[in-house]
Amino acid sequence: MLKRQYIPIVVTAALLAFMFAAGSFRYTGFFSLQVLLNLLIDNAFLLIVAVGMTFVIVSGGIDLSVGSVIALTTMISASLVQQQGWPPAVVIPLVLVLGAAFGWLMGAIIHYFKIQPFIVTLAGMFLARGLCYVISINTITIDHPFYTSMAQTKIKLPGGFFISISVVIALVVVAAAIYLAHYTRFGRNTYALGGSESSALLMGLPVARTKILVYTFSGLCSALAGVVFTFYMLSGYGLHAVGLELDAIAAVVIGGTLLTGGVGYILGTFFGVLIQGVIQTIISFEGTLSSWWTKIVIGLLLLLFIVLQRLLSARRQMQKA
Amino acid sequence: MVKHHLFWPLVMLGALLLFNLLYSPDFFSVQMRAGKLYGSLIDILNFGAPLILVAIGMTLVIATKGIDLSVGSIVAIAGAMACMTLSKGTDQNMLGLVLSAVGIALVLALALGLWNGMLVAAFGIQPIIATLILMVAGRGVAQLITGGQIITVSSSAYKFIGAGSLLTLPFSIFIAGAVLLIAALLTRKTALGLFIESVGCNPEASRLAGIRSRVVMIAVYMFCGLCAGIAGLLLSANVSSADGNNAGLWYELDAILAVVIGGTSLSGGRFYLLGTVVGALIIQTLTTTIYMIGVPPEITLVVKAFVVLLVCLIQSETFRKTLVHRFKTRRYPAEREVKRHA
Amino acid sequence: MEREREPILQMSNIHKGFPGVKALSGVSFRLFPGEIHALMGENGAGKSTLIKVLTGVYSIDQGTVELARQRMAIDSPQAAQMAGISTVYQEVNLCPNLTVAENIFIGREPRRFGRILWKEMNAAAEKLLLTRLQIRMDVKLPLSAYSVAIQQLVAIARALNISAKVLILDEPTSSLDRNEVKQLFEVMNKLKAEGLAILFVTHFLDQVYEVSDRITILRGGEFVGEYLAKELPRIELVSKMIGKELQQLDALPREKEAASAAESAKALVIEAKALGRKGAIEPFDLTIRKGEVVGLAGLLGSGRTELARLFFGADRPDQGALRVNGVKDGITSPREAIDQGIAFCPENRKTEGIIDELTVRENMILALQATRGWFRAIPRKRQDELADEYIKALNINPPNPEQLIKNLSGGNQQKVILGRWLLTQPKLLILDEPTRGIDVGAKAEIQKLVLKLSGEGMSVLFVSSELEEVLRVSDRIAVLRDHVVVKEIAEDEMSQQQLMQAMAGE
Repeated sequence: MLKRQYIPIVVTAALLAFMFAAGSFRYTGFFSLQVLLNLLIDNAFLLIVAVGMTFVIVSGGIDLSVGSVIALTTMISASLVQQQGWPPAVVIPLVLVLGAAFGWLMGAIIHYFKIQPFIVTLAGMFLARGLCYVISINTITIDHPFYTSMAQTKIKLPGGFFISISVVIALVVVAAAIYLAHYTRFGRNTYALGGSESSALLMGLPVARTKILVYTFSGLCSALAGVVFTFYMLSGYGLHAVGLELDAIAAVVIGGTLLTGGVGYILGTFFGVLIQGVIQTIISFEGTLSSWWTKIVIGLLLLLFIVLQRLLSARRQMQKA
Repeated sequence: MVKHHLFWPLVMLGALLLFNLLYSPDFFSVQMRAGKLYGSLIDILNFGAPLILVAIGMTLVIATKGIDLSVGSIVAIAGAMACMTLSKGTDQNMLGLVLSAVGIALVLALALGLWNGMLVAAFGIQPIIATLILMVAGRGVAQLITGGQIITVSSSAYKFIGAGSLLTLPFSIFIAGAVLLIAALLTRKTALGLFIESVGCNPEASRLAGIRSRVVMIAVYMFCGLCAGIAGLLLSANVSSADGNNAGLWYELDAILAVVIGGTSLSGGRFYLLGTVVGALIIQTLTTTIYMIGVPPEITLVVKAFVVLLVCLIQSETFRKTLVHRFKTRRYPAEREVKRHA
Repeated sequence: MEREREPILQMSNIHKGFPGVKALSGVSFRLFPGEIHALMGENGAGKSTLIKVLTGVYSIDQGTVELARQRMAIDSPQAAQMAGISTVYQEVNLCPNLTVAENIFIGREPRRFGRILWKEMNAAAEKLLLTRLQIRMDVKLPLSAYSVAIQQLVAIARALNISAKVLILDEPTSSLDRNEVKQLFEVMNKLKAEGLAILFVTHFLDQVYEVSDRITILRGGEFVGEYLAKELPRIELVSKMIGKELQQLDALPREKEAASAAESAKALVIEAKALGRKGAIEPFDLTIRKGEVVGLAGLLGSGRTELARLFFGADRPDQGALRVNGVKDGITSPREAIDQGIAFCPENRKTEGIIDELTVRENMILALQATRGWFRAIPRKRQDELADEYIKALNINPPNPEQLIKNLSGGNQQKVILGRWLLTQPKLLILDEPTRGIDVGAKAEIQKLVLKLSGEGMSVLFVSSELEEVLRVSDRIAVLRDHVVVKEIAEDEMSQQQLMQAMAGE
């Protein structure tokens, strides 16, 4: 029997399968493993960001700064590698630490001063975006051999298919996040926090540490996504990843995570990202359809899932009363 | 006087203007050319008008403990709709056509506001989440209307809305002023303002006092949509074109910022329309200042980040208490917590 | 015998103050292993403060807490749990989204190298629930899949898992039905037999006598006494809770004039027939006539507020019929009740009464304005006149209509809310504990006002747990106990003795 808490994730998976099937019927060349793999290649960075966002949303918060942190990461990487000549082996760990520190700072402000996450991460978004322009207002192209090889290396799979290194990174992140969410105290405390903060406090759970760690983790994911994005774009630019926070939030919600916190699955987010990818692919295959349909369809899916969540929670309340 | 809600915003604006005066003495100079006034101050008012409009609507939404993230998208949709209607006409200068273009755009904006209001008030979805839907989809809708192109129109009558001038001043200033006046009259001369503040401050007590909070909330979101729609007309008329992708980008954030600087709390309750206007002017002046001193304009974002944080920290009760009772509350963190949840 | 045993918990001379209030002054409390000890008291008695001290939520200003003869400083919920003091609240403080097993174990999950061992955890949870509480359930389902009663048992299981020595049950039975209460009591008795010390807080008198061994009574933040349940008659318990000795009863003059025969023929303002709402109030009959003051007496949690809210449309009844001014079922929302001429001063002034960011004037005109709609604003001049008039009439201090209401004292806030409703010239005024937490002078003023208004033809439903004041103002009194209207006392048989017996259920 299907347990009720799995309904949203099953709906998401079914939706993905349906969309892929519909695409396969309609367009020749759509039904191939490589098309599926390309979804991953093109959305690796989104997947990483969305994983971090899932934790934040499950904890009952939101992080609007992710897109800007990606841009800042590309900018710092590009300027240090390209203009200062630092080795990537130093730069990459450095930007990861910076991203985590940025998230930690926002988490600390959110928790200790009790300001809404929305506002704090909004300030973080402004700040990170602005700092990009402090470094440079122009694109900095990267031609460092390490980055170009990361960008171009194709990992061959049996049957002539291939993926990129970024995909491997993203899949490792997903796997690690699933483990983190379900098999560690940090993960379970995050769920508890999203379920009921006051209960978590009275149950003696480390609310402060968990909350701050969640934003730290999201910052780290954003920075990692920034590194992957740098591989993908081979440049640093202040206008990279504009509006990506919305895509990430949409992927999380479409993946069945409750925006009010407490319920959600990393795997759902994985499907959510792929759904966004499939929509884009279908639209590009269609040719006559234009790219803005992506936004409209994603908006409709958001509506669908939010209303679905609302109905499920309303029914639960009815049953209790 | 320090207690007055306009004191700090005005001090901030004054300081900015003073800095400009010191930096460039001719900042305050206003010249008359061809029957129009020119100068930095006029520019600030002119370019600030759309933001003022959006922020006025946002003020009322925030006063009900809500938020509207979709205003930027509504700005784009309204502009796109108006230009689209105009471009379909044979004579773009025909008054009837311009009026119907404006009318259709505004009705659409109202309908979008109604949509947000219904999601929030009737379905009980959190405002951030409810308006996020339109924020995402709205950009797509705007591009759908424009067909992904930048629609340019050549209607001098339409252009007048955003770039014309009346009594030597830009026409947009009059529109912003009129909307401000209407909002002020609606909220202060009818009981709407009282109901909004009451619902935002304590929804349950308001319900028990007989206020129909749903109706109030839907009305407020509709008004916010309308304000964003008018702003969209100003922006697109100013450049005689509609850009579904970029028109009104980041307006929701600037508007929220203006409201917060103006002294209205994000947790709802008392709202200050004039404060919001000053807040919007501060943001516009800041942008102008940064342009003027030759720093890349994008750095405004860094300044904005610190302003947001600062204003929120000052509004945060916990922050103030931490400053005052640094040592008293070190232990028993749960005591504060429980009081908050009680 | 019990007396020789060592108490597991001993609280001595506890003092705790909040700005402006002394919540606990010199309270002592002790708890023996293997007993169920009821903590009783009315509003403001200090029960919840005492429990919060015990669970590490509040610090104490003075006094000592000893657990198993060890002096303790309980400075956080964690510290309390570590020491073996666990609490189960009325609103289950668990996470509804986590599984049952997790709710029992979170924070101390079985782990290996940091990895949570779900299988072991689920098995341990099943075993714990089965052996200690004798319930069998699927521990892998989220907590929200179960009823409140089961959730409460899970909360107890969590408490037991952290090797509790002291279990505090804070109003655990409020939202349970009879069978569920029975199941809970079985569990409590079993745990008691195993040697656990249970502190039980409830408002149901029957339940106190059903399971408790010992009763401690607090009143106004002070310690009244500790008694063996079987040696304390119900009526004495009630009299100690509300602070009236039986001997002094009936010495009070009644201010309300006896009703004339003509009065009983007056029109019905409200008529409830078998009206009820599940979990809030059992079906009851009640009528109120024009110009009549009907008292609603009962202890805290007896269902007084729930009844009043049904009359005002704040909650919807799920059975029975309500006629207002002869019209049936006209009320589905507060707004409709107001249109029918009903007004309601809620008990919970802070959360349901005042709009704290608004001024006295704005708070006052709110309900009247609501009936006029948003467009027809009351002109500012008229607002000022009305505010001044009622500030004077109700003697509100400071007499400044532009003062923010949150800066007023409780009594004056109450008067402003009263003013809000008098402005609407209601036919029926519902006052839910209108004199709670306000000073003596203001209390007397409000009582006088009620008499004056009823003299002018207004009907009043007067809810209060203070016997004197109910007797002083009422023409007729309905008595509630354990969410049931147990008795209606007519004019000629009203006495404190009668009332108290009905409230106590003797």
